[in-house]
Amino acid sequence: VTIADYPISVTINGRAYQHHVEPRLLLADYIRQVAGLTGTHIGCETTYCGACTVLLNGASVKSCTVFAVQADQGEVMTVEGLEQEGRLHPLQEAFAEHHGLQCGYCTPGMLMSTYHLLSTNPRPDDKQIRKGIAGNTCRCTGYQNILKAIQAAAQAAAR
Amino acid sequence: MKPAPFEYFAPDSLEAALELKAQHGDEAKALAGGQSLIPAMNFRVAQPTLLIDLNRITELRYIRKNGALRIGAMTVQAQAEYDGLVATHAPLLHEAIPNIAHSQIRNRGTVGGSIAHADPASELPVICIALDARMRAQSKSAGRWIEARDFFAGLFATTLQPDELLVEVEFPGMAQYTGYAFMELARRSGDYAMAGVAALLTLAKDGTCQQAKLVYLNVGDGPVEASQAVASLKGTKPSTDAFRHAALIASQKDMAPFGNLHASADYQRHLSAALTERALAKALARAEKTLKS
Repeated sequence: VTIADYPISVTINGRAYQHHVEPRLLLADYIRQVAGLTGTHIGCETTYCGACTVLLNGASVKSCTVFAVQADQGEVMTVEGLEQEGRLHPLQEAFAEHHGLQCGYCTPGMLMSTYHLLSTNPRPDDKQIRKGIAGNTCRCTGYQNILKAIQAAAQAAAR
Repeated sequence: MKPAPFEYFAPDSLEAALELKAQHGDEAKALAGGQSLIPAMNFRVAQPTLLIDLNRITELRYIRKNGALRIGAMTVQAQAEYDGLVATHAPLLHEAIPNIAHSQIRNRGTVGGSIAHADPASELPVICIALDARMRAQSKSAGRWIEARDFFAGLFATTLQPDELLVEVEFPGMAQYTGYAFMELARRSGDYAMAGVAALLTLAKDGTCQQAKLVYLNVGDGPVEASQAVASLKGTKPSTDAFRHAALIASQKDMAPFGNLHASADYQRHLSAALTERALAKALARAEKTLKS
């Protein structure tokens, strides 16, 4: 079978991208290899680890299990979209401040899951935070500092 | 690229999707949330040659109360998770949804997709059996209702015909004086559960057990109903001893778990029994509350 390329227009972090892609191209690979935004990491490609989490039309999704063609006419936000005019997002500041990362591989996904959590629930309790990042695996931190960072970010936003 | 090549259609109406199904039948795989299908395609365990992406069919995304509670097949699980109608009219479903995988997956995964996938380890098929849900199957030429117990046909199999799509799930209300509970145990939050149970307990006015239902996940090739355990409860006064007895029957006689990498068959029986006792106790407390109010 010859598979025709499929035209897509996707807005990523406010910028419009137009490409022809194969339908089997994963959104994660589109973001990294076609759009050139390598902040989004790919870990397991099975929906398990959450490193590739981005927002698609405002909801957090694991971009390894969405096809790029499914984002056609949609809006994507990646970790690169957090920083505004050269200033880190308060969430990123909190992760740095509280040592919410070591190797940093899971961090882009962790940040995007947290961004989604705080946008739907600005003052999550400890259990809600744990639930909110249950779909993101970190092999370094033991999670405690990530929890601290998220709590601090939520408190900072409330001030 | 991980998945094998396929032809891709993204119709924006149900009519157009059913037309494609009529033309291509089983060769055309429906793509709902893709949270099971796409990982399987990434592994190339699944290599469909033609995908019909249902995500642009907005007419299949709704939650309505119209007699029964009706959920459009393409409603994402996260929407049902936070929906007031679901919480009020199908509290068992409301209790079960947060157990499905992780929040990112519930943002994408759909109610109908999970049911049509018919994974024995999934929560929603169990809830459909427990609540006597009905499935609306639609083809280009006809529509029909399928009772939940006639819908699931073994491992990843349903009685949907090659030209049919699941378009709606209907959840009738629970009987008066009914308590409910859903519980599962997984090694890690969001993993497939090693065991899990949906329990319903209906009391008579005098507090005896009029009707009960116990449905299990991941201990057979589909949702497993514990009919012998339920029979032992019927007409008796609910008690810790009666629940322990029922749990024993359910775990030893009503199920034949296969065992897996994470839990041996014996351990699955053990977990199922423990969960049964807890779920029945919780269901009883809730049923007694309705009796008092």
